[in-house]
Amino acid sequence: MSAPPGAVDAPPPPAGGGAARAPTPRPGRLARLAAAGDALLLPALALLTALVVGGLVIAFSDPDVLDEWGSFLRDPLGALGASWSAASDAYEALWRASLGSRAGLGRTLVETAPLALAGLSVAFAFRAGLFNIGAAGQLVIGATCAGWVGFTWDLPAPLHVAVAVVAGLLGGAVWGGTAGILKARTGAHEVITTIMLNYVAYNLLNAALRSDAFQPAGRDDLISRAVAPSARLPELTLGGVTAHAGLLVALAATAAASWLLDRSTVGFHLRAVGANPRAARYAGMSVAAMYVLAMGVAGGLAGLAGTVNVLGRPSFTLTSGYYSFIGFDAIAVALLGRAHPGGVLAAAFLFGVLRAGSTGMQAATSTPVDIIVVIQALVILFVAAPALVRSLYRVRTGRSTTQSFSTGWGAG
Amino acid sequence: MRVELRGITKRFPGVVACHGVDLTVESGEVHALLGENGAGKSTLVNVLFGLYRPDEGEVRLDGRPLVARSPADAIAAGVGMVHQHFMLVPVFTVAENVMLGVEPTGRLGALDRDAARRRVAEVAERFGLEVDPDATVEELPVGVQQRVEILKALVRGARCLVLDEPTAVLTPAEVDDLVAVVRQLAADGRSVVFISHKLREVRSVADRITVLRGGQVVGTTTPGESDDRALAAMMVGRELQLVVDVPPATPGPPVLEVRDLVVDDDRGVRAVDRVSLDVRAGEIVAVAGVQGNGQTELVEAVCGLRSPRAGTVALEGADVTGQGPRRVLRTGLAHVPEDRQRDGLVGTFPVADNLVLDQIDRRPFSRHGRIDRGAVRRHAIRLVEDLDVRTPSVDAPASTLSGGNQQKLVIARELFRAERLLVLAHPTRGLDVGSIQQVHRRLVATRDRGVGVLLTSSDLDEVLALADRVVVLYRGRVAGVVDRADADRELVGLLMAGGTAEPGGVAVPGRDGEVRAR
Repeated sequence: MSAPPGAVDAPPPPAGGGAARAPTPRPGRLARLAAAGDALLLPALALLTALVVGGLVIAFSDPDVLDEWGSFLRDPLGALGASWSAASDAYEALWRASLGSRAGLGRTLVETAPLALAGLSVAFAFRAGLFNIGAAGQLVIGATCAGWVGFTWDLPAPLHVAVAVVAGLLGGAVWGGTAGILKARTGAHEVITTIMLNYVAYNLLNAALRSDAFQPAGRDDLISRAVAPSARLPELTLGGVTAHAGLLVALAATAAASWLLDRSTVGFHLRAVGANPRAARYAGMSVAAMYVLAMGVAGGLAGLAGTVNVLGRPSFTLTSGYYSFIGFDAIAVALLGRAHPGGVLAAAFLFGVLRAGSTGMQAATSTPVDIIVVIQALVILFVAAPALVRSLYRVRTGRSTTQSFSTGWGAG
Repeated sequence: MRVELRGITKRFPGVVACHGVDLTVESGEVHALLGENGAGKSTLVNVLFGLYRPDEGEVRLDGRPLVARSPADAIAAGVGMVHQHFMLVPVFTVAENVMLGVEPTGRLGALDRDAARRRVAEVAERFGLEVDPDATVEELPVGVQQRVEILKALVRGARCLVLDEPTAVLTPAEVDDLVAVVRQLAADGRSVVFISHKLREVRSVADRITVLRGGQVVGTTTPGESDDRALAAMMVGRELQLVVDVPPATPGPPVLEVRDLVVDDDRGVRAVDRVSLDVRAGEIVAVAGVQGNGQTELVEAVCGLRSPRAGTVALEGADVTGQGPRRVLRTGLAHVPEDRQRDGLVGTFPVADNLVLDQIDRRPFSRHGRIDRGAVRRHAIRLVEDLDVRTPSVDAPASTLSGGNQQKLVIARELFRAERLLVLAHPTRGLDVGSIQQVHRRLVATRDRGVGVLLTSSDLDEVLALADRVVVLYRGRVAGVVDRADADRELVGLLMAGGTAEPGGVAVPGRDGEVRAR
């Protein structure tokens, strides 16, 4: 039974006590837009700052530019001009190779898909108060399962892809869920267990790559057989831009994660556990079950990241090494996206641009690919230090309290 | 020290917390600030302590203007503050805590522990603040920890001391000790600002009383010229009936049966020792006792939050002993936890989500796992209005509400949820008179729709006003069970303090020798 309204006569509202009393309006469209603008402003400024600093690094790592600076007193404009053209040439090449051409945009989208899925994995766990450092390992297990199904099983085309994708999803979910179970049952901290499970996963993959089940005939380096054409993700072409269905998987996962977190009771429980586990327990929620679920879903998402990577172009094969890189970028993407699915997708796209552009940049201007890693690191640095960016651009302290992702490990 | 606040105005986005407030505290005076939650008391003293800059107005100490940019400036000028939540390092000793930041040092900057200890003992003795300088703070009772906070302020040379709701966490005996200390400080020529919303205490400690309402001064009076009723009316802005009418209960069958319950606390020390009690549908049972006599553990065991060592808990005849909160809550039990901010709310969630925190799985708030935002919001708007929770909107994060309003949020939710049994720990601690009266009326109404109510309280007024039956706990055991007709202040107070119950009107359960004065 619920309290019938008016069972007790409510006393009249106190006269004059209304200092803090205000009507309760639904937040207006405009206010929400303003809040969104607020949330975008700082990352945008962080990106800008990172590009400026990155430009300086590009200029000053160029031997020709350094020569010009050697004769700065004789020809100051020459030194400045050389610096400017070195940086602008590099960025122009980056632009052409990522967003500025159809082929580049296709590469960007191909890079975006696994980054978005892996970023969602970290973000999803974070909303439940968990730090998933294990996206790398979950991704490896997912890719291994999907790849194995892809090159050993023999099924008709659409079914084969679907089965391989599900295998990758489940593989990652089991790997992530293991860390969740360890936390729920024994209280083992997920940061420790996921890091350790990463090592187990890498070495499982390396062992598998040495086995006959994985190795192509006649080769003994660490590379697997190629996924059968029937298990490859179909290519999608729109307006001359070609990507593969991994992008659709990423978009669907973003929408699903967003709905699950914000609109479902499960997500409500998950977020409550993440924000205040004590209150969640007092409210009758099962904290342990939420830990297992959150890590399972996070692992599944990371597993999908590995899956689209192995079933999609350009690789179609399993190799050791590449996966740990994307696994750690996932943490950066989740941080940049403020652990919100939409934000993660946007951040993954940005990282996709930088990755796709970096190879073009190196080819055109001999700027080392590593500079992109520097720029990525700078973006994260500036996002993690909002006070720095604020003071740099004299931005007032935002009204909205932002979810602090970067404040420490102790929050869990 | 003479403290003058002149025309203080402090605005926050959407709210004027203080509006042109004038307040003068003379040397040697205890000046009480009285007001409801959110009346602007805390804002005003935070201005004095340098935590907020006023938008208008000025602070004068002994006639000289004080521009405090931070608490450090205020402390240097002789203002000390004891916050509601203590700022102590639990693992440090009393002397270490008191001297933290102003440590006496010897050669090469080495800590001079003896000097620190001597200084603490000296100040403590001067003001009758009995405390062992070598005790570790975390092992001290709350009342003594508060004394350490006062000592800290005095050692830093405070000539004006601000006490922000100092009695909210104290037992009745500790309150008496605090009042004595405060009078001693005043006799020494220091000025004291004493914030409270408990009329009885304010009248016993203060020389003058200033009442705030809605950020403005309603008036200044003395304990001599005003009584509880008049003060309450000033605070709330209308006449109040201080004690609610409680018609006789018509109890039904038992909803809660506790039998020989034994519960240990976190340290493994026996907290509840063979307690048996019943709560029937449609009656209010109060578990009275000084804090730390097992009430907390009893409630936790009943709600499935703590596994008992022995004994049984049955809800509506079904044994739920040790089944965990999830199962227990499903049987129709509602629970207002003792620490609502920590255990009852998710601070980052909006008010609306907090109001369905333990009901989101039910219709109409969700269907097949899908949340109906509209239903959640409509429900929130109704509950917020119903219990007069002051919030800018139901979409505001719960953590932005004042402490009292956060409490009301939890109480509103659980009152709505209560189907068979409502368990409340200290339901009105920290609430103002107007809200207390409101909550009490709701509790009686909840009882009268056939819900059993079990409440724990160390506030005798509350116990006597509400309870159809009082179960007094002393050192984890039932010291006596008193029916409404026989319950009076003296008897219940005596049992709470561990006194032996006189025969007549007192039902002492079963075993001999259980009730002993110590």
